[in-house]
Amino acid sequence: MTGGSPTSFAVRTAGLTKRFRSGQVAVDGIDLEVPQGAVYGFLGPNGSGKTTTIRMLLGLVRPTSGRAWLLEQSMPGAGGAVLPRVGVLVEGPAFHPYLSGSANLRRLDSSDATADPRTSRARIGEALERVGLTAAAGKSYRQYSLGMKQRLGLAAALLQPRELLVLDEPTNGLDPQGTREVRHLIRELSDAGTTVLVSSHLLSEIEQVCSHIGIMGRGRLLMQGERGALADDGATRVSVTTTPGDVATAAAVLNALGLAEVAADGVTLHALLGAAAPGTVSAALVHAGVDLIGFEVRRPSLEQLFVQLTGEGFDVAR
Amino acid sequence: MSPADHTAAAIAPAQVPGSRWRFLRSELRLVFGRRRNLALLAGLAAVPLLLGTVLFIAQDAGLGGQGPGFVGRVTGNGLFLVIAALFMCLPFLLPLTIAIASGDAVAGEAQTGTLRYLLALPVSRTRLLGVKAAAALAFAVTAVLAIAVVALITGALYFGLSDMTLLSGTTVPLADGIARMAGVVGYVALSLTGLVAVGLFFSTLTEVPVGAMAATVILSIVSTVLDSLPQLAAIHPGLLTHHWFDFAEFLRIGVDWGVLGQGLAVQAAWVAIFGSLAWSRFMTADVSS
Repeated sequence: MTGGSPTSFAVRTAGLTKRFRSGQVAVDGIDLEVPQGAVYGFLGPNGSGKTTTIRMLLGLVRPTSGRAWLLEQSMPGAGGAVLPRVGVLVEGPAFHPYLSGSANLRRLDSSDATADPRTSRARIGEALERVGLTAAAGKSYRQYSLGMKQRLGLAAALLQPRELLVLDEPTNGLDPQGTREVRHLIRELSDAGTTVLVSSHLLSEIEQVCSHIGIMGRGRLLMQGERGALADDGATRVSVTTTPGDVATAAAVLNALGLAEVAADGVTLHALLGAAAPGTVSAALVHAGVDLIGFEVRRPSLEQLFVQLTGEGFDVAR
Repeated sequence: MSPADHTAAAIAPAQVPGSRWRFLRSELRLVFGRRRNLALLAGLAAVPLLLGTVLFIAQDAGLGGQGPGFVGRVTGNGLFLVIAALFMCLPFLLPLTIAIASGDAVAGEAQTGTLRYLLALPVSRTRLLGVKAAAALAFAVTAVLAIAVVALITGALYFGLSDMTLLSGTTVPLADGIARMAGVVGYVALSLTGLVAVGLFFSTLTEVPVGAMAATVILSIVSTVLDSLPQLAAIHPGLLTHHWFDFAEFLRIGVDWGVLGQGLAVQAAWVAIFGSLAWSRFMTADVSS
């Protein structure tokens, strides 16, 4: 990366690969690009390699090959300098069960060489407040519900101001209300300038807050990009309804415009829009004298795209 | 990529002075605040209490002066309860306690999953291992002290403290006797450092703390068994447990520091070997717990 490049990436990987000793390839040469300031939805079914990727980004697991950069610095070498600027939630919250929520945060803060002990109490209070755990701060972690544990994990990630948040399945175990709150929190942090990489196996839970989406399946990054651009991609279809006498003319126009998979279904024609603009198509049809009764453009939803790419049902990815 | 690196390095949060001690204090609070560990210490402290009580009740039963390892001398001088209690705890109870504390050090954090969060803070792996080792050592020293202090108090209350008669029959003043007991406590505590290093190493190998604890206890038992086979006399001097009972040197009129030094040198070797094994293993380990 050079200082002059137009986009700087908060997270970037090049050919990142992890092959476990068992021979299983958990992550297979992925090139992740999370632009600064983005909310990047890192999606994929359970077992698709999201968590292993995140573990490699944080220097917990060594890549078999490939490289990773966090905030423009090479990991795991620069971990000491970079990780204090990164808040994390990896594979669910983990705390000492016999300590209270606030004692667990104190423990983490005391272990952090960059944390100022003088502001420790205030920062812990603020973080607990932010995730709505103030009332349960003194309760032992053992007694926390799954949702409270998840909230404490988020509080730990927010103990210090962060430039990047890596949140692995932050909505796991939360009820719909809690999930909404997490989304709200992510939006709030993003508005304040924090880049967020958030993983989930449930697209619907995070789709609304994401500016970018990456979809993993079987260890590969199947697709990534801006959310709007992804939904617009290739698969957009157009349906033209006309009178029985104009069907042939309409089909000829669509073919002439280079639309693929033109097929008639009674008086309705379906085609893949491809690179053509919907306005051009409708104008050409009208120009050819086609009696246009209906004209519909259907973009595949992200959900359809996700299912299309990763498969459906209960089959675990591997 | 240097310009970006420079800016980033410039705004990287600086380490707060004294953060090392803050982390160590936090670790000590964790170890000594844990109920299981306190129960272990209480259990060890109960040994001299029970032993003293039994000896006190039975002292008129005509068995006076009998029993293994200085037990017979306790009724005459409470100071000997320190030695008798350590003598009873050293073969099994102390190694078990040390194994639990040191085996839990890294594997315990791995099991609860807190290890990944510590490393992502980040805490450097070397610093984490160092703090874990320091806390485990502190626990070992506390365990030995717990036995010795309770033994001294119990002995004083039941039997009184008096001038100490050494192995040779010579008597030294009480103050000298207490200083010798302090020497015994110090030697026993240092004798356990090798086992702490072994436990720490096993602890870096697994996410199951019980496994690391068991392996550590087994190693100390195997060492004792090998030490009892005369056919293996050649390897005896290097065994982890071989010099443990050399603390009796402190009961001779002229303490042979050479014998004690040899025992401590063996411990230092075990610490060096298993300390570096633990470090090299932990530095490269994938943390997937």
